[in-house]
Amino acid sequence: MSKESFLESTIGRKMVMALTGLFLISFLVVHVSINACIFLNDGGKTFNVASHFMSHNPVIRVLEIGLFIGFILHIYMSVKLTMKNNKARPVKYQVVDGKANSKWYSRSMGILGSLLLLFLVVHLGNFWVPTKQAIFNGQQHNTFDSMKNIFSLDNWYFIAIYLLGVISLSYHLLHGFQSAFQSLGLNHRKYSPLIHQVGIWFSIIVPLLFALMPISMAFGIIR
Amino acid sequence: MTINLKVWRQKNNADKGRLETYVVKDVSPDMSFLEMFDVLNERLITEGKEPIAFDHDCREGICGMCSMFINGRPHGPKQGITTCQLHMRSFNDGDTVVVEPWRAAAFPVIKDLVVNRSAFDRVISAGGFVSVNTGNAKDANNILIPKPDADDAFNAAACIGCGACVAACKNSSAMLFVSAKVSQFALLPQGQVERAERVEKMVAQMDEEGFGNCTNTGACEAECPKSISLENIARMNREYLSAKLLANKK
Repeated sequence: MSKESFLESTIGRKMVMALTGLFLISFLVVHVSINACIFLNDGGKTFNVASHFMSHNPVIRVLEIGLFIGFILHIYMSVKLTMKNNKARPVKYQVVDGKANSKWYSRSMGILGSLLLLFLVVHLGNFWVPTKQAIFNGQQHNTFDSMKNIFSLDNWYFIAIYLLGVISLSYHLLHGFQSAFQSLGLNHRKYSPLIHQVGIWFSIIVPLLFALMPISMAFGIIR
Repeated sequence: MTINLKVWRQKNNADKGRLETYVVKDVSPDMSFLEMFDVLNERLITEGKEPIAFDHDCREGICGMCSMFINGRPHGPKQGITTCQLHMRSFNDGDTVVVEPWRAAAFPVIKDLVVNRSAFDRVISAGGFVSVNTGNAKDANNILIPKPDADDAFNAAACIGCGACVAACKNSSAMLFVSAKVSQFALLPQGQVERAERVEKMVAQMDEEGFGNCTNTGACEAECPKSISLENIARMNREYLSAKLLANKK
């Protein structure tokens, strides 16, 4: 074999990881912006209008399918890549000093991603499934109220899972944001330092905003 | 000083291999790491035992022959040097030092600390060359090259092909090596003829050899004895994408 198809090559597959990763990052921006409406503390009025739009607008419906495809491609490629990586070193080292040359979260993207997937199952079960059921049965659905029900101190385990989820998200992004640009070949002496900075701030601010939602609801700051 | 060495001993590729302990006494801090192995091997020979096989050649840090994964890092604890340039003053009296071969499916162990790095040679022969006109040698400055491009090409060409990038990478990826070899030609006018063909063939060969995939941890750049930059990997990604997109043939 002197050549190989793009999607069989290591670089092609990494580019799929990067593009789907950036697409999922763009989804995070929309998700956090809409959810941040609860911080207006108007009893969920603005938030429910926004979430009603997101769950009923036909354009968003189509994008939702794209979002699922994005997740599946991102996970499928990561499994493919990881399987090859495991085969590339059949005999392990007795001693490895990983921290001497790289960050722990850069080396743990698979574990962080798996934690995120577990969180996602819980998260979809909490919100996505009930919303779909309500729409299917033609009932009214108040997402703000279900948020308040789920994020109470009695459900401390949900809050713990959500916090674990956003911490995993933060570290996953801390590596993934800048890594996506590198995989796409976008490394530039003028712009890369900016990309790195934006990546760090993004991986702090977005998960922090998400983390504040269950916390502020559990402690009754948002009613 | 006294060094407690734990060295990987493996008779041949079929052998399972194991760490064996050797206490090396009267080590001079001015010895290089390889000279310490020479002293130990002389002792093993006089004791009638099998000396430890390890790769070495120029011992000036420029040939890329020496390897050794020392205390969990390729070429040991210092930055920007090969094992032959590592001196015993970088260790303390009584230290335990674990020495293993490069570990990768693409670098099978031949014996003890010696691995077969022919996979790199096959990547090079897949496309790491330029076509040259026959006839008289051209005047050196006939082809103008901007100084920054020449510098970047030279920095990429500084790669000595030792394999530390593969050894350091948690995925045993050879992206830093291959990208340095792709870059040194892609940046120069002489490399333009085979530019697209080269990157496609070298990446295909790299994948076929069974190296892992890059996850951008940056371990390769941190451990490279020649400090080859990650910028080369991004450049190779660009080169590969445009070669695949623009190739006007099947």
